[in-house]
Amino acid sequence: MDYFTILQIVDSALRLATPLLFACLAGLFSERAGIFDIGLEGKMLGAAFFSAATAFATGSVWLGLLAGIGASLALSAIHGLASITFRGNQLISGVAINFLASGLTVLIGLSWFKLGGQTPALSGAARFSGVDLPFAEALSGVPLIGPIYSEVLSGHTILVYVALLCVPLSWYVLYRTRFGLRLRAVGENPAAVDTAGISVIGLRYSAILIAGVLCGLAGAYLATGLGASFVREMTAGRGFIALAALIFAKWRPWYALYATFLFGLLEAVSNRYPSVDLGFVTLPSQFMQALPYILTVVILAGFVGKAIPPRAGGQPYVKER
Amino acid sequence: MTMETGGQPSTAAPAIELKGISKSFGPVQANKDISIRVMPGTIHGIIGENGAGKSTLMSILYGFYKADKGEIFISGQKTTIPDSQAAIAAGIGMVFQHFKLVENFTVLENVVLGAEDGAFLGPSLAKARSELTELAREYELNVDPDALIEEIGVGMQQRVEILKALYRQADILILDEPTGVLTPAEADHLFRILDGLKAQGKTIILITHKLREIMEVTDTVSVMRRGEMTATVKTKDTSPTELAELMVGRKVLLRVDKKPAKPGETVLDVQNLSVTDDKGVERLKGVSLNVRAGEILGIAGVAGNGQSELLEVLGGIQTATGSVTVNGQPLDLTGKLSDAKSRRARGIAHVPEDRQREGLIMDFKAWENTAFGYHDDPAYQSGILMNNHAIREDTEGKIERFDVRPADCHLAAKSFSGGNQQKIVLAREIERNPDLLLVGQPTRGVDIGAIEFIHQRIVELRDQGKAILLVSVELEEILSLSDRIAVIFDGKLMGERMPNATDEKELGLMMAGMSGANSEEVAL
Amino acid sequence: MSAIPRWADIVLIPLINLFLAFLISGLVILAIGEDPIAALKVMIDGALGSSYGWGYTLYYTTNFIFTGLAVAVAFHASLFNIGGEGQAAMGGLGVALICLFIPWPHWTIALVAATLAAAAFGAFWASIPAYLQAKRGSHIVITTIMFNFIAAALLNYVIVNNLRPKGAMDPATAKFPEPTHLPSLGDMLGTFGIPFSKGTPANVTLLVALAACVFVYFLIWRTKLGFQIRAFGKSQPAAVYAGINPVKITIICMMISGGLAGMMAINNVMGEAERLILGSVEGAGFIGIAVALMGRSHPIGIVLAALLFGFLAQGGAELSLWTSVPRELVTVIQALVILFTGALDGMVRAPVERVFLALRREA
Repeated sequence: MDYFTILQIVDSALRLATPLLFACLAGLFSERAGIFDIGLEGKMLGAAFFSAATAFATGSVWLGLLAGIGASLALSAIHGLASITFRGNQLISGVAINFLASGLTVLIGLSWFKLGGQTPALSGAARFSGVDLPFAEALSGVPLIGPIYSEVLSGHTILVYVALLCVPLSWYVLYRTRFGLRLRAVGENPAAVDTAGISVIGLRYSAILIAGVLCGLAGAYLATGLGASFVREMTAGRGFIALAALIFAKWRPWYALYATFLFGLLEAVSNRYPSVDLGFVTLPSQFMQALPYILTVVILAGFVGKAIPPRAGGQPYVKER
Repeated sequence: MTMETGGQPSTAAPAIELKGISKSFGPVQANKDISIRVMPGTIHGIIGENGAGKSTLMSILYGFYKADKGEIFISGQKTTIPDSQAAIAAGIGMVFQHFKLVENFTVLENVVLGAEDGAFLGPSLAKARSELTELAREYELNVDPDALIEEIGVGMQQRVEILKALYRQADILILDEPTGVLTPAEADHLFRILDGLKAQGKTIILITHKLREIMEVTDTVSVMRRGEMTATVKTKDTSPTELAELMVGRKVLLRVDKKPAKPGETVLDVQNLSVTDDKGVERLKGVSLNVRAGEILGIAGVAGNGQSELLEVLGGIQTATGSVTVNGQPLDLTGKLSDAKSRRARGIAHVPEDRQREGLIMDFKAWENTAFGYHDDPAYQSGILMNNHAIREDTEGKIERFDVRPADCHLAAKSFSGGNQQKIVLAREIERNPDLLLVGQPTRGVDIGAIEFIHQRIVELRDQGKAILLVSVELEEILSLSDRIAVIFDGKLMGERMPNATDEKELGLMMAGMSGANSEEVAL
Repeated sequence: MSAIPRWADIVLIPLINLFLAFLISGLVILAIGEDPIAALKVMIDGALGSSYGWGYTLYYTTNFIFTGLAVAVAFHASLFNIGGEGQAAMGGLGVALICLFIPWPHWTIALVAATLAAAAFGAFWASIPAYLQAKRGSHIVITTIMFNFIAAALLNYVIVNNLRPKGAMDPATAKFPEPTHLPSLGDMLGTFGIPFSKGTPANVTLLVALAACVFVYFLIWRTKLGFQIRAFGKSQPAAVYAGINPVKITIICMMISGGLAGMMAINNVMGEAERLILGSVEGAGFIGIAVALMGRSHPIGIVLAALLFGFLAQGGAELSLWTSVPRELVTVIQALVILFTGALDGMVRAPVERVFLALRREA
């Protein structure tokens, strides 16, 4: 494996990690506020479809992005209604949202485009194209560092950079602002928030809506950045990998970046090589695909560092003395 | 203010005045036409039994519940308190019985939460830090602002709650059963803090069911009974006896008719029993005691001093170190045979302290609850199936003998009143004819009529030559039922007394850890 | 005391939920420019109008009975087994190994062996998350989701690398030998002279599924184990007080649950495909959640709910065949049923409770 191949894999890992990172941060906001969100997959899928459909119809990827976010927000609202307003089971609500997105995207897709559930291929302004970072061309000649800048960091779509920016932003919001303090508190002990005179419902809805926006970005990136159309079930379990990454990251923004990048790397490697020969053992690609899930189970089991979820996670808040 | 008519000085307006407050939950009237005036700069006690309606009243004041009727005046101004936000704005701070703190936040973050100065945390935290130092100096409220809540003790946590209220500029501080979780020394420290706050002109409402506290720190005391305010008196003009009568509404001491005990062989022998909980806190510290056949040993103590752990170890719910024998044979305290099932097989029956959480499955029918814990009984099986018919028949007999009402074994446990629920548990455990009966809080939340019945049944079992270990936080119950009394404090036994050779006062002192040396040091 | 009578809880509320799900689905059909009434008619005709339709409907029903029972048994212990999908896939592996590598003289013996293998594989797959939940406190919902994906990858590897016949392209095992082929419902009814379409996948497994319902009924409500499972599900502290071992109950209950999910494989793998195809569970594990919710975790309710979802699955297929409404409509209906019965239950329940309270006050 030469240097250039490694760079290519890392480059690909970055692209593949982007939807995971958006979705992982979405889950982070939601679960930090005490709302389990196993509907990340569905929200991404819904956003992917509506962003591609809108981008195709209008020719504008930005309108597509908005539509994707809108679709994801609508599903978030259902989740909020079920798990906050009516104090239903958050897990079941998530399962329902995944099904709903899975069915609706194909149903509507077939009815609108008659392409077996796909949207027509996007091109030109209906897709996010790569952004060359300044001096990428000029610096590519610099040994070692140059190619990293020009091959790996430069040339991605704008959403990749947005995702990366979301990491410090999320960190700042969570740990350095009033909103973040309250958000973290409501996921740990909503009664403390309530008795401090802050609305638990309001906070939890805001968290869920932020999650909606981020899932919208994830889905839009899948269909209009990474891919060039919507394909049925195109999320292919990424919502769950993001969930796994969230646990792996112990519900922290910077760790979320590392975890999603690791999982993106695994995907990039298994895309490129059918099996990985480590010398003493050959790892099949199926193993690479399963690795994020296996790692998450190991983490959850507490064999390697304990992942402690927000304490009030999954429980609807009922006022009591 | 135009409201200040009649030339009264403004200090004369009560800090809080409630007029005709009523509140019902379905058919239960928790507060009936309650009126009260709390003067500024005083400590006002509200005393009453569990379920008298004290907490409901305070929850109305803090915006948790909306009163059905009535008016609230704060410093003479009519105020509505629809939510906690409004209560805080009106200058009310509340220290709940169960603290409302975020465990993995620092003290500082907990204090600031909800009272931030702007969208960004930095300045808020800095301001709070300096203010905490100020408050700490002023009121003996020393807490490390950077300590995590989960790493400090309950006494400290309570101080954080008080600091939270003060940081929000509360003028009126409500404390709901503040000493329930405190050691006596911590409680004394709390009272010093409250005195300091009073001296600074703050108004304090202290809700408790402990007479000693009322007598010690309050200026005025209001008594609640069954949702009504029965009296408000100056503390210095009253006595514990008078307050107790007002609280209970009758001049009764529940004396149980019982013959002197005829203790036989030692049934339970506990030596050097210690329990460490999962947080690493030692809850029982080398307790030794014994109970003989035909006697009731009562364990007196303030809740949380290790008596629950004692019952749990003997009942097979908790592991421990030390040695325990029952009828001379050792009990397994940590291994495979330390579970509740093995305990039952050894002739130990257990009426747990919290029947709704442990003793019963609230959604199960009465007959299912009769088999609960004894579902292995061969009499309840037929082949590989359970013999539900036999269980129901057995239950009907128990219902009759224990006068459970309504006498319907198909009703879910949650449909029975507290007293009848307890009778179901008691019937199940007593009729197993155990060698040793463990009883925790037998009459908590039980109506008067059922209390007598339950007490009689326990004494009857004693008279059949069984050993009984009774744990209760009701001193009166301990005094009237026990043949011997052991007092527990801070995980250790303070000593034993015979009921006819002691009184509430002496026991109360022992329960506060006063008979040993260095109790102050122990408590902190 | 609950505010509503029992019948309202187990009949009225699910019906209202179902009605809402259908109502919204109808609006969706309208929105894509089709006629919902006509669509419903096509579904009913296609799924229930002929023995051919019934043959498919009952085939799907059989799948859903197994996965529904699996979810329900776990529900009784307050455990949410979302891993039916992976457990059923592993069950398929068990069935394939039994059918491919052991020469069976007759289908009856093969069925018994395959059932045991399917249950054992499913139970094994559920036992790991169960152990981790019981011993290490790992959230079983997350671990069972992860195990679905791990099962998919494992099956992919085993089928592609070990079980796929040489030269074959599709990810599937070889056809099972003749003696393991199960009689179809058509064959069976034929021997009694009842005419029933022979070209449909419904098979003798339906009877196994119904037997499983009886088994689950007795297990949950009539055995000591069921008593302990229900007690544990209602209150863990109480269970400990009663000497019920939480670790043991969690693991046993999840293994029964996983075993039931695994047993689905005798229907779809052994009975229908007669070989193991990758991805053949087709979401039945998840539909089990809807079935258990709708059926109130009771075997009778589960049979009825499974029949409903079987009807939807077959009706949806017919719909896509004869109209331009795609079969994914069924996924939408499933989603809405899960949403209304599982997550938005409070939205329907509260008004119903108010109505009953008002009625009671008048009476």
